[in-house]
Amino acid sequence: MAIIIDENTHVIVQGISGKQGLFHTQQMLAYGTKIVAGTSASKGGTTLEGIPVYDNVRTACANHTIDASVIFIPANGAKDAALEALEAGIKVVVVVTEHIPVHDEMAVVAYAKRVGAMVIGPNTFGIVSSGKCKMGIPPNPFFIPGSVGVVARSGTLTYEIVGNLTAQGIGQSTVVGMGGDRVVGLTFVDVLKEFEADPETKAVVLIGEIGGNAEEEASQYIREMTKPVVAYIAGKSAPAGKRMGHAGAIIERGKGTYQGKVNALTEAGVKVAELPFEVAEIIKDVLGR
Amino acid sequence: MKMFEYMGKEVFAQFGLPVPKGRMVKSPDEAAQVAAEIGGPVVIKSQVLSGKRGKAGGIKFADNPEGAKAAAEELLGMTIQGLPVEILLVEEKLLIDKELYLSITIDGAAKKPVLIASAHGGMEIEEVAEEYMIKKHIEVELGMQDFIARDVVRRMGISFNSPHSQALVKLMNTLYKIFTEKDAELVEINPLVLSGDKVIAADAKVTIDDEALYRQPDLPRVEERTATEKAAHDLGLAFVELDGDIGVMANGAGITMGTLDTLTYYGGKPANFLDAGGGTGEEGTAKALELILARKPKSIIINIFGGITRCDDVARAFASVKKKMGMPVPVVIRLVGTNQEAGRAILKEVGIEAYDFMQDAAKKAVELANQKSEVGGQRSEGRGRKAEARGQRSERF
Repeated sequence: MAIIIDENTHVIVQGISGKQGLFHTQQMLAYGTKIVAGTSASKGGTTLEGIPVYDNVRTACANHTIDASVIFIPANGAKDAALEALEAGIKVVVVVTEHIPVHDEMAVVAYAKRVGAMVIGPNTFGIVSSGKCKMGIPPNPFFIPGSVGVVARSGTLTYEIVGNLTAQGIGQSTVVGMGGDRVVGLTFVDVLKEFEADPETKAVVLIGEIGGNAEEEASQYIREMTKPVVAYIAGKSAPAGKRMGHAGAIIERGKGTYQGKVNALTEAGVKVAELPFEVAEIIKDVLGR
Repeated sequence: MKMFEYMGKEVFAQFGLPVPKGRMVKSPDEAAQVAAEIGGPVVIKSQVLSGKRGKAGGIKFADNPEGAKAAAEELLGMTIQGLPVEILLVEEKLLIDKELYLSITIDGAAKKPVLIASAHGGMEIEEVAEEYMIKKHIEVELGMQDFIARDVVRRMGISFNSPHSQALVKLMNTLYKIFTEKDAELVEINPLVLSGDKVIAADAKVTIDDEALYRQPDLPRVEERTATEKAAHDLGLAFVELDGDIGVMANGAGITMGTLDTLTYYGGKPANFLDAGGGTGEEGTAKALELILARKPKSIIINIFGGITRCDDVARAFASVKKKMGMPVPVVIRLVGTNQEAGRAILKEVGIEAYDFMQDAAKKAVELANQKSEVGGQRSEGRGRKAEARGQRSERF
């Protein structure tokens, strides 16, 4: 078991022939991801890395069973690519691309909701069900199978913390990157619910950062969870950030500070690590190892 | 990208959203000329990208062109929250019956636009009590519709039969159109003025999504960043100056914050925040190091956990920069992730042993920074200590 993707997930890579698309296709194949097809506007009808390449997602879907898509299309075409995958009926769409206009992100997330699909990202490292399937860009050797679920907003900080877990011999069920942008497909709560329901996951690591109120909202749900949650919030020492105009400040109204997040999580029973590497130590305690 | 008020109003006017008569000027003589064209009392407004302009005395009134000229002379010498006033907007003075508030922005948690309205406009919106604010989320696939606007107008306490009702409904539709077509993150009118039977946008605050500027060629560009920040941004680097003495370069906002947190925890003081993002090449790395060195740090930590960033690219760039520019301060590098072995081999060639763990690298960077500050503090032993410090340096390289 794992959440969202596993060893039976059949994956398509959109933008398989680009520099990033091809490099990370090789890496994903090396990790064991079952990539069954790719799309490329210029290389349809060929094969790359032994993977058949199609002009569009619909044609690929007519020839293969496809469960999930990972998108390596530049920002100005990413909305189109994500909508194409969703319209073709794919239920898990991972958008790695960064710098996508926020109005495009809102359009993709709204359509995904209507068709009952899940969008991971945009601006995400992706998702890894350790030892089973990797969709996205994390470095392979640091993700080993185990019982800790990880959910994060930030990519490299996730590698940092997962790297520490792995160095201590603590494996992960699934590691989910929600994406660093203001509008993304998933919330912490969406992912925490999946972990709570997954029999393989014994504990959860939540990696947050200052700004917004995603961690505060997560803390409300965590009160109901039976599984222990350990958190790290980046940005304790960061100077106060720029506000998004007056109206943005209204929505946040005093939320988004480091201390506010730590308080909300602590009150919900979460153990909050002060530094990234302490997460692995606390997880060891929590799992009784 | 924040736009000046006069630019926002130009966009409003293009879409047929009513704004006061007037235009932007850069000199007292021009201000007098515009006042003469308007032919009545005018308001002269400083154009700066900062709120609280009124409280800072950045807005003046005049009854005639001579008065407008005098007011402009005063305003053009001012600074508001550190920003010099270089541009003014001269407009007709409105007869105000009532001031409303209206904005559309993005609610990241709800993942959709939200319209915020209040019958209590004109003041700082943060000071308006929650119960006087109307918030209405807009479904992206539905967009703004008359029924939504009518409901908001009614909840503001404005009767359907009032002369303003239809104008407000139309205005909300137009504002949403501007919000979507111009890729705005925020369109705000405060105050939205009821004047006679007219509804007029007396102010305009418009922020455009930076990521969408490529498809908004018609919008004017406003540069808010310092030259250094802009140079960094153009190379895909996010750079913020801090007041410590340890230079920091990492890849990814989260790990950069984590690096600052860790340095601070071990008693260090970061000199900057520099997120080199994914896939920064040689030019970017050179520029990043240049920016860091300009802060005159006592040590530098480079913390890379490569995903889309490839360790060998970072190592190659660093080695090349070091050969070309030299390195006046000790550098501690933590390098793991994609193509890690190749990257470490390249660093070894220039005499650097990369660290495995961030906390170890951070401790070392703090130690080096503190060690060097002792050198300055103890002059009698200066030479010996300096030689030691140099030894430290050559050991690391």
